[in-house]
Amino acid sequence: MTSPRTSTQQNDLEVLILAGGLSHERDVSIRSGRRVADALRSSGMSAHVHDVDGDLLAYLQQTRPDVVWPILHGSTGEDGSVRDVLDLVGVPYVGTDAAGSRLSWSKPVAKTLLQQAGASTPRFTTLPQTLFRELGTRGVLERVLEVLGLPLVVKPASGGSALGVTVVREATALPRAMVACFAYGDEALIEQHIDGVEVAVSVVDLGDGPQALPSVEIVTDGAYDFDARYNPGRSEYFVPGRLTEVQELAASELAVLAHRVLGLRHLSRTDMIVDADGVAWVLDINVAPGMTETSLFPQAAEASGYGVEELYATLVRRAAAG
Amino acid sequence: MNHPSPSSPHEPATPGRGTRLDPWFDSYAERTHGMRASEIRALFSVANRPEVVSLAGGMPFLAGLPMDVVAEVTDRLLRERGTVALQYGSGQGDVALREQITTVMAEEAIASHPDDVVVTTGSQQALDLVTRIFVDPGDVVVAEAPSYVGALGVFRAYQADVVHVPMDDDGLVPEALEATLTRLESEGRRVKLLYTVPNFHNPGGTTLSLERRPAIVAIARRHGVLILEDNPYGLLGFDGDVLPALQTYDPEGVVYLGSFSKTFAPGYRVGWALAPHAIRERLVLASESAILCPSNMSQMSISAYLATCDWRGQVKQYREQYRERRDATLGALAEFLPDARWTVPAGGFYTWLTLPEGLDAQAMLPRAVTELVAYVPGTAFYADGTGHRHIRLSYCYPTPERIEEGVRRLANVVNDELDLVRMFGTAGDSQVSGTINPGPNQA
Repeated sequence: MTSPRTSTQQNDLEVLILAGGLSHERDVSIRSGRRVADALRSSGMSAHVHDVDGDLLAYLQQTRPDVVWPILHGSTGEDGSVRDVLDLVGVPYVGTDAAGSRLSWSKPVAKTLLQQAGASTPRFTTLPQTLFRELGTRGVLERVLEVLGLPLVVKPASGGSALGVTVVREATALPRAMVACFAYGDEALIEQHIDGVEVAVSVVDLGDGPQALPSVEIVTDGAYDFDARYNPGRSEYFVPGRLTEVQELAASELAVLAHRVLGLRHLSRTDMIVDADGVAWVLDINVAPGMTETSLFPQAAEASGYGVEELYATLVRRAAAG
Repeated sequence: MNHPSPSSPHEPATPGRGTRLDPWFDSYAERTHGMRASEIRALFSVANRPEVVSLAGGMPFLAGLPMDVVAEVTDRLLRERGTVALQYGSGQGDVALREQITTVMAEEAIASHPDDVVVTTGSQQALDLVTRIFVDPGDVVVAEAPSYVGALGVFRAYQADVVHVPMDDDGLVPEALEATLTRLESEGRRVKLLYTVPNFHNPGGTTLSLERRPAIVAIARRHGVLILEDNPYGLLGFDGDVLPALQTYDPEGVVYLGSFSKTFAPGYRVGWALAPHAIRERLVLASESAILCPSNMSQMSISAYLATCDWRGQVKQYREQYRERRDATLGALAEFLPDARWTVPAGGFYTWLTLPEGLDAQAMLPRAVTELVAYVPGTAFYADGTGHRHIRLSYCYPTPERIEEGVRRLANVVNDELDLVRMFGTAGDSQVSGTINPGPNQA
């Protein structure tokens, strides 16, 4: 692939990276933010990392950065609220606007919209904690098991890094999985577990419309849980994934479809399972994909031929150009 | 230099072969295999935010130190003796400081000679050195249940098999120790160390009673087990009384560890071991191979502080501050969490909470972080992955007002979790998890 080009090649931009926040993924966000800052500095840009705290608004108004890049994982970072504030302040930023973030942040909403657009997604139900208070647990969980069958995946309806996620293979394990899930949020998404190859496809829009980067296939001994995500060595990655040409195309088309349907901007990452029949099942869409040393988006960026430094710099220039 | 694999971070994988983003993945020693990041450790990242009341960290209340006095001592040291302070020093440690350490230990009725003191980089390094020179993989280390998480990490690193012995409100239970050592002997196991924190236990908050001290020492001696006595909090008893160290009952059978981290400041990283002479010699050699020598700058700073400042007055002030915080903690627990049980510490930094039946403190931690309160789950303090019903609460750092607010938040979390657990009927599920390492600020 050729290097990305945009209308401006400015490299003297001041970039403020937002990382940290109060979410459960604060640590991951800080690590992601530092990596992106390093990459932008290597491109000649000026990049500073700032937490989301009581000083932020004053800092933004005082420093007036050319571009903000919110690399916040979880809650306010991905649910659109920080992006709303950036719009209120009137500062350009990298990534999806508040509306698209809100749609992606809610896994049930994103899955529903994608289903309506013709995508395959594992059959699911969404159950808030309050519902169990009203209806009791036994009857509801029995019905879930009857309809969705086993194995199941229980996960918070919003959030990332596999926090609060349990693969349930026996009915007796379902109640504990629900309790573990509700420790991270008030709403649980329960979906059928699909056997297949775990794949993540990143999408970038450098001015010519969204394009998929090479897929990343993840192979883990056990679940792709927090430990497998952030401890180098626990997971093996294949970039591009070991998919047939047809499967790679299907995975890419699914990720681009998700990017378009949810109204995403600049970058995104769609996580999916490609089953034995070659069907790509969408699981989750990320508007602030991880950028740590072990994250999937940077691996895809390197494999694409762009390289992280040039790709990140191009995304910043795109945001600056409006 | 030949690298074992082409898969460096972000290097595209070759077709048919993936990357683990760590070309040395297959080269690590077996003893490192348990060293992993965990979501628990990541959650503690949030605990550092000011919005969160952290009852997790064992950080001394350094705002209570007279910083201008400390600055003056440091300034004078650098101006007058800077070329020595910034130079390499003795492997065993600065002789002037070792003499002063014997004076500090005399406060606990320990009669010692400076030659038997080895200065280390915090008493944590002394723990490491003692384990290094005594423990082979598979050897048994007997430790209290629960036990200091930093010690468990060291024992794990040397591939020791940690066997826990129960405690009660009077500390380690002699009968249980006797039974455990007898059983291990009958199984042909080699027990190398009895690791114990007799005073103001971390995390238990309990103190080994005066009556039990000679009994514990006698049991260890009878079974030929060396005692590793870890005593960082001994001078921080709230009523000012100091119980005699185990070392005083059997100087040849005990390696005693002391530290300035709690009575002065942990940033200097200065601790020590007092050991029988043969052990001391090996500790010095082991320390030299590990670090050459402890920091001269830190040692001389502490030495100057001890020589010129009212360090006993400072310790007394710490005691009063920590007592006030202990009282705030216990008062708030009684008000907000009457269904839980907790220990009543007579000194030190911690109380040990037992939650209502069926709760899992580790699983509950994300909910607590959401509610802006942090603690260390009990599982961190057991080598066998148990302890789910327990929480260590540290009261050393937040103000009494913040402690009260933190316990109030914790009570809400506990009540919500209890509702949930009852609703889903998971209270009876067995709970064992892997070991967790919460990180240095939380140890």
